[in-house]
Amino acid sequence: MRFAMVALIIVGVVVLLLILIVVGMYNGLVGLRNAVRDAWAQIDVQLKRRYDLIPNLVETVKGYAKHEREVFENVTKARAAAAGATGIPERIQAEQGLTAALGRLFAVAEAYPDLKANQNFLALQEELAATENRISFARQFYNDTVMTYNNKIQMVPSNIIAGMFRFQPATFFEVTDAAQREAPKVSFQ
Amino acid sequence: MWEQIRANKRKSALLVVLMAGVLFGLGYLLAEAFIPGAGLAGLLVAFVIWLVLCLISYYAGDGIFMAVAGARKIQKADLPVLFNVVEEMTIASGLKKMPDIYIIDDRSPNAFATGRRPDKAAIAVTAGLLRVCNRDELQGVVAHELAHVKNRDTLLMLMAGVLMGTIVLLADVGLRAMFYGGTGRSRSRSRGGGQAQIVILIIAIALMILAPIIAQLIYFAISRKREYLADASAALYTRYPEGLASALERISGSPDKLQRAGRATASMYIVNPLARSGLRAADLTSTHPPTSERVRILRSMGGASFGDYDAAYRNVGRRSTSILPPSALEGAPAAEQRAAQGPEEKKAQARKVGDLLWRLNNYLFLTCGCGAVLKIPPDFRSPQLKCPRCERVHPTADFKSRPPTGDESQGPR
Repeated sequence: MRFAMVALIIVGVVVLLLILIVVGMYNGLVGLRNAVRDAWAQIDVQLKRRYDLIPNLVETVKGYAKHEREVFENVTKARAAAAGATGIPERIQAEQGLTAALGRLFAVAEAYPDLKANQNFLALQEELAATENRISFARQFYNDTVMTYNNKIQMVPSNIIAGMFRFQPATFFEVTDAAQREAPKVSFQ
Repeated sequence: MWEQIRANKRKSALLVVLMAGVLFGLGYLLAEAFIPGAGLAGLLVAFVIWLVLCLISYYAGDGIFMAVAGARKIQKADLPVLFNVVEEMTIASGLKKMPDIYIIDDRSPNAFATGRRPDKAAIAVTAGLLRVCNRDELQGVVAHELAHVKNRDTLLMLMAGVLMGTIVLLADVGLRAMFYGGTGRSRSRSRGGGQAQIVILIIAIALMILAPIIAQLIYFAISRKREYLADASAALYTRYPEGLASALERISGSPDKLQRAGRATASMYIVNPLARSGLRAADLTSTHPPTSERVRILRSMGGASFGDYDAAYRNVGRRSTSILPPSALEGAPAAEQRAAQGPEEKKAQARKVGDLLWRLNNYLFLTCGCGAVLKIPPDFRSPQLKCPRCERVHPTADFKSRPPTGDESQGPR
């Protein structure tokens, strides 16, 4: 009789421990998943700061280089596309398009010495450079968090819990378009 | 990482209890030394002091430290470079809110961080640091300090620093009072009482000598592991350990000594400001690991992740035990190092820092037609000033409170 009681108590304790472990792992996974979402939100904040700077920048450059209409249109379109993109891969794509368009805008601005001396333009350029820096750090932190989360999902023993509760791996923020990695072709016309 | 944070909270609690013990002991003995039988009253007084101290150090500790260090808060417009660097590192470390930024008017390069919670933190850098470091090095130092904030080392150091400072103060005061007044009174009492007085006197003096030793012991309890973990975190956030490494070299190689560092605050700086240069061995009584070792570990890292730092630590010291907690190592993201950023304009940077300090000390600025920028002290009373370079006379009304921007220094329009 006593043996049965002891056995029952031991089983009870083991079950309790297992439950605690499972709960601990589940909570850990939830925490990490939220951290990933939070890290993405951080990137979002910095990207929005970039959007806010762009109209002012375009107006300032327009004041000096009115006829470069195509460049301005590209920037405005790219900005609209980036702001409206849904889903992480599309968002990343759109943001890279915007970076490229801005690069062309600054290349155009190089040809106008008056513009380069304009205080407003310089301040905006600096602010934009600082924002690009912040975006890259936000991206770095996001990728680190994603890696930690994905590791947790895939490593034993937490992968069992992850599978049970259907935790999906997160996407990295990286250059997805192979074309952007190629060297630009120079054409003489 | 969570392990380290929980360990820190436990250590804080233990620390408080330990300090309380020392404080009560001191209170009891001092009271007995002056008025025999008043020991219990002394204990009670010590208890009240302790309670007040705990509350003050928890809620206002930041302010106290900043005042002791002579630090002044600055805004973004004052020094955008510093603000941008701190903001970048806030994002890279995952802190929710950017800490307040303070500047210490001192030639010796150093930095520290305080804050009982990550969202109520502050970071201070000396003017000397801003002058000698380029952007990469500054980023490394800031990353190291923010790592302390994130790992809640600052909470531990805050409690320890303030309480230890008070114990040392009490011990000093007690000693002085004893030599100037107390012993006279004891002679007027009966023989028996006189002897007990002397015993208590001896114990009190012993305690006063012990207090600094206790301070050191408690500072080891705040182990040097903390500094290594902060270095590893900084390498991860910046992806450029060379930045922090060369910053540490500059800081420890600087001949200037930090003016206002005392025993209580020394452990909170990035490099021990009281350390004598030339000491190679890891002194067991030092709060920081030797700088040369920290630099060597950072420079021999293969990548920028925690795993890389741990491997480098084991290589450099030829040890087999890890320095980082297992929770930081398992599942830690792999990270590559990045390339260095462009060189900074040293002169322009030094001038910006100088201008900031003049302005913080309430100096006024005047740009002369010859191009010289004159800095006028706040108590200047004459109605006019002669430029030392071109001898032109300027009326006092022309003095401005902000330094000139690029436009103005091209001469009057």
